[in-house]
Amino acid sequence: MAQFLMLLHSEPSPAGSYSPEEIQAVVKKYQEWSEKMGAAGKLAGGNKLAADAGKVLRGGDAVSVVDGPFAETKELIGGYFILEANDYNEAAELSKSCPHLTYGGTVELRQIDGM
Amino acid sequence: MAVTETRDVGVLVDHLFRHRYGAMVSSLTRVFGPADIGLAEDAVQEALEKALRQWPFRGVPANPGGWLFTVARNAALDRLRRRGTRRDGESDVVELVEARLARLPEYAFAREIADDQLAMIFTCCHPEIAADARIALTLKTVGGFGVREIAAGFLAQESTIAQRLIRAKRRIRDAKIPFASVDPELLSDRVPSVLDVLYLMFNEGYTAHDGDRLVRRDICAEALRLAELIAEHPVTGTPQAHALCALFCFQAARFPTRQDEAGELLLLADQDRSAWDRALIARGALHLEHAMETDRLSPFHLEAGIASCHAAAPSFEATDWRAILGYYDQLAAFGDSPVVALNRAVAIAMCDGPAAGLTALDTIGNSRQLAAYYLLPATRGELHRRLGDDEAARVSLAEAIKIAPTDRVRRFLEGRLETLTPIDL
Repeated sequence: MAQFLMLLHSEPSPAGSYSPEEIQAVVKKYQEWSEKMGAAGKLAGGNKLAADAGKVLRGGDAVSVVDGPFAETKELIGGYFILEANDYNEAAELSKSCPHLTYGGTVELRQIDGM
Repeated sequence: MAVTETRDVGVLVDHLFRHRYGAMVSSLTRVFGPADIGLAEDAVQEALEKALRQWPFRGVPANPGGWLFTVARNAALDRLRRRGTRRDGESDVVELVEARLARLPEYAFAREIADDQLAMIFTCCHPEIAADARIALTLKTVGGFGVREIAAGFLAQESTIAQRLIRAKRRIRDAKIPFASVDPELLSDRVPSVLDVLYLMFNEGYTAHDGDRLVRRDICAEALRLAELIAEHPVTGTPQAHALCALFCFQAARFPTRQDEAGELLLLADQDRSAWDRALIARGALHLEHAMETDRLSPFHLEAGIASCHAAAPSFEATDWRAILGYYDQLAAFGDSPVVALNRAVAIAMCDGPAAGLTALDTIGNSRQLAAYYLLPATRGELHRRLGDDEAARVSLAEAIKIAPTDRVRRFLEGRLETLTPIDL
């Protein structure tokens, strides 16, 4: 069993003003997905990342702290999940059902190197 | 906090966000004043959108309502502070509001939340606000409906609804309409006019036009929820309020059976009575009992009485039409309504035969209000059909088809036309 980091680029906040009912529907989709993954023993964690605190540290003679590398807000990472799967293919299959993909977001899937 | 730690806590009950929206906007408006409904709405929207960005990743918090309220309250204060720095002297306002907000209990008693919403209904239904805007404003601020949803339910343009809301809020500011306090003297006089607004709200949802069906059903449910808030409060819970609740319950119980799976209209006679919501009918009967604690019957009482006859009837044929006719006779005494007269004629036809019904129809045939009302010729056609006069039925149905308000109604009438014996050429 290996762990995989799912980075969810952009946030589930599509354009326009959502009504309370519509917002709840989106949240519910994610909740259902998390619960399904959790029940199957495939989810090890997850959290939201702060939207406005993305900095990059560059080493060298003097360490520099810069904004970015985000070219635009939609490259922000909204949050992450940690999946448990046998291999990359299984993790990718699990990620495909994530509602993030139906709300216009992209998912970056990385295997956590355990050894 | 990781998902694994919070998995078993937060629950999103149906319509939680919508109902919380109404409760929070009402409570914040009590603090900020109705002139600032916009501020309350923006703050609450901000809280919901924050939940939208956080909860998918970290799960729903243990107390979603408390979480939302804390965030909304802070958002409202932030907005007020930002505004306060613009002009001198306004920092006092911020302090004042901060003090008042501190007294707003995070986990308020259900009674207080209900009081705030009740007061908000009375504010939104104030006579100073244009009649057509009262329904939209109540649905938006107390009901938590979005502009798009209201427009879909009412079959109106989004921009029309948005304009209506803007004008209503401006009116509240200009006319300095206060946040209604739950004061017996002030509120009881205004109960009837608020009930009228809820009656129209329910009809807007119940009328079988082509608006979104799910939203229409939700609008009816919201009208019932608000009417029950009024009926269950000691100050506003008049027999009329209970009568209105009873009417809503009986009507809403039939909601799922009024259209077939394809969305086509079904007559009362053709509806599947086994699918009527028995729990709602029982709730309606209970309201009707409370409604009878008076000697003065209102039109709501009579309409509820009619609806209760339908709800109680095991079949269309076994309906107590004599009792229904009695209610329509009393309703007719309340005013010269051609729609009531039309329905009364149908009841007469069911009691005394189609010929008697046609005679009753003839007395209202010239009403200008009904000139474009397709149900008049449609009813006449139906009665002619029952008399076996297919020729006259055909003429009346053709007339009704010409003025049918929607395609769905037109298709329905054409279906009736096809049940007549074909013309022998």
